[in-house]
Amino acid sequence: MSIGHSFLGLLEGRPRHGYDLKRAYDERFSPGRPLHHGQVYATLSRLLKNGLVVVDGLEPGEGPERKRYAVTDAGITDVQEWLSQPEKPEPYLQSVLYTKVVLALMTGRPADEILDVQRTEHLRLMREVTRRKTGGDLAEQLICDHALFHLEADLRWLELTAARLNELAARVRP
Amino acid sequence: MTEPLLVGTDLFKMYGTTPALRGSSLTVRAGEIVAVMGSSGSGKSTLLHCLAGIVRPDDGTVVYAGREISAMSDVERSALRRRDFGFVFQFGQLVPELTCVENVALPLRLDGVRRKEAERRSREWLDRLEVGDVAGKLPGQISGGQGQRVAVARALVTEPKVVFADEPTGALDSLNGERVMQLLGQAARDTGAAVVLVTHEPRVAAYADREVVVRDGASLDLERVA
Ligand SMILES: Nc1ncnc2c1ncn2[C@@H]1O[C@H](COP(=O)(O)OP(=O)(O)OP(=O)(O)O)[C@@H](O)[C@H]1O
Ligand SMILES: [Mg+2]
Repeated sequence: MSIGHSFLGLLEGRPRHGYDLKRAYDERFSPGRPLHHGQVYATLSRLLKNGLVVVDGLEPGEGPERKRYAVTDAGITDVQEWLSQPEKPEPYLQSVLYTKVVLALMTGRPADEILDVQRTEHLRLMREVTRRKTGGDLAEQLICDHALFHLEADLRWLELTAARLNELAARVRP
Repeated sequence: MTEPLLVGTDLFKMYGTTPALRGSSLTVRAGEIVAVMGSSGSGKSTLLHCLAGIVRPDDGTVVYAGREISAMSDVERSALRRRDFGFVFQFGQLVPELTCVENVALPLRLDGVRRKEAERRSREWLDRLEVGDVAGKLPGQISGGQGQRVAVARALVTEPKVVFADEPTGALDSLNGERVMQLLGQAARDTGAAVVLVTHEPRVAAYADREVVVRDGASLDLERVA
């Protein structure tokens, strides 16, 4: 799960303090599994070093939690890149995909395109696995079937989410 | 890449006040298997019927091997469907009064092939689809999965250029459905037939070469999204 990209996406709406970023991330993308302060700090210093965010305000006190961050043009390009690339299909992808869809909706990007691109990637892999299965022995076939059922479950999730995009948009848009 | 064999362009179709197709396009090249997916009521079957010359679109064109299907006479069009096209549907396609081998032989008989020759070729196709043993039975005496295999044999017996399959595995459990799809895909590859395959099952669609999604009567070629 890409914390950095999620931060950049969250910053697109407006500059935020470190503690605000953490709170928004925990609430939206990781309920019940809050980020450690160390993760927040490490992520923000990496983003700073790479020029993807800048500090645009300070509050009294110490540490990244007190600084206010703004996303740079390079940062926006970076999120855009991340959002437009399909994820490698694999089991338990949903949380990354969910995050991408929500961020796209929040930042006014076409979320349905993200779903279509991902769907294409999943089907491409399903075709590949199906070809391998067709030529394989029983063990190979069963291993391929396992992968196929997981990929199919992902695809069903993608379809369902596509069908509910408007509903989701109404909820996540500020 | 081979040139297009069947090209539907900007197809529109209304049923009363219901728009079934709203500017749908689809290109099929010789020998390729294209999966058509999309939610229920999106217009998949209507698209397939327009491409196959069964339904006349209100607007748009369907060109097969360089000829516009809607410009053909009824006689020409039905000859085309009989000789160049094969069909597999979800259910109810075998004639209940005829044995399985007679069912498979039907398209050949309609095209003037003598009974003995037609039945010999039909038995070969039943064997290929692993249902040689039901040749003498009536459709009411065999299982759904066997029935679909007989239907696939019937669709392929004339060695058509295009097979139109609308949810061919829709009524089968996933193991049988996949086997039928595997056999259909193999037979199509062996004979060089193209397949237009409507399915809502990703595991079945994965036997195709590419996928097209129909949404609200318009089609989206996912190749172009990537
Ligand atoms: N013969 C008909 N008369 C009236 N309306 C029709 C007819 N055939 C289709 N429709 C309507 O046209 C639209 C598209 O139907 P179509 O059968 O092409 O959908 P489909 O994608 O094949 O759906 P399914 O997955 O349920 O088979 C639907 O709204 C349907 O109700
Ligand atoms: Mg249909």
